[in-house]
Amino acid sequence: MTRWLPYPRLSVALLALWLLLNQSVGASHIALGVVLGFLAPLVMANLEVPRAGWRRPGAVVRLAGWVFADIVRSNIAVAKIILRPGPLCHTSGFVTIPLELRSPNGLAALACIITATPGTIWVRLDSAEGLLVIHVLDVIDENTWIQTIKNRYERLLMEIFE
Amino acid sequence: MSVSILGWSITISQVVLALAMACAAFRMLRGPRAQDRVLALDALYVGGMLLVLTFGIRTGSTLYFDAALLIALLGFAGTAAFAKFLMRGEVIE
Amino acid sequence: MMQTAAMPDWVALLTAALLLLGASITLIGSVGLLRLRNFYSRVHAPTLGSTLGTGATLAASILWFSVLQTRPVIHEVLIAVFMTVTTPVTLMLLVRAAFFRDR
Repeated sequence: MTRWLPYPRLSVALLALWLLLNQSVGASHIALGVVLGFLAPLVMANLEVPRAGWRRPGAVVRLAGWVFADIVRSNIAVAKIILRPGPLCHTSGFVTIPLELRSPNGLAALACIITATPGTIWVRLDSAEGLLVIHVLDVIDENTWIQTIKNRYERLLMEIFE
Repeated sequence: MSVSILGWSITISQVVLALAMACAAFRMLRGPRAQDRVLALDALYVGGMLLVLTFGIRTGSTLYFDAALLIALLGFAGTAAFAKFLMRGEVIE
Repeated sequence: MMQTAAMPDWVALLTAALLLLGASITLIGSVGLLRLRNFYSRVHAPTLGSTLGTGATLAASILWFSVLQTRPVIHEVLIAVFMTVTTPVTLMLLVRAAFFRDR
């Protein structure tokens, strides 16, 4: 199993990608997709990518729900700032957040979530001390942001990846 | 009736997307710094991709999907290469 | 717009609404690109177009083609997945480059 199918989730994802691209679930497309899903991970195994293990599908669903809701909410917030007539008044600035999350995959997921949400962007991470710097378009209260990131995302990501 | 509303909405969406691309193009020409131009290029290709998708709905052809996917792929590669260039001054070290 | 006469009303109206929503959100993002004053503020603006703008337009496309071809057409999901994975990468690279250049 581990030798011939080193990344089972990647294999399934590649098969799904192939079927979606061809828009068909015909036998020949499934056969080609299976071949692709079998060969590509063998090549990947040579790159020695760290294995991405995640658990707790429930936490993944809850996280996805939060992220979706936050993206919609912050889209509206940023749109309001942009559309406000007159000179723009918002206090943008950097916020430093102490992180306890250490797993590389969890950090990558957090980076994607923070950057995909309008209004916040990942600037850099001091991985030795676990200090994350993000830039926020409208910092009203620094502590609110720190608590939001830590309680809403970091806790769920630690459940999933650690 | 509703079909003509859809036709008008598609036309309006296309004009709005073209305006969005014009704003991005203006920022790209204006700068002031190189990172602003690259950021505007990123916004420009997202606008172009959405425009192609609306063309697909107008003509009822799924062929436009492949064009949109291609724009998304190449836009990502282009912006990533530009960002890398800004950071180090060369694309391939 | 040849084969659209037989479409149910709600499909046409919902597609129209989603298209208009996606296009306007993208425009707001681009206007932000023009109006905001410094680079770090401007970085936040195009994210509007690449999240909700793209999402609404793709939803319109999925809905329209699924009803038009009377089968589920969901390959637009690929663009959505691709955009969600790549937009943060390019933005983070850009911000790091800007940070590096500003030092």
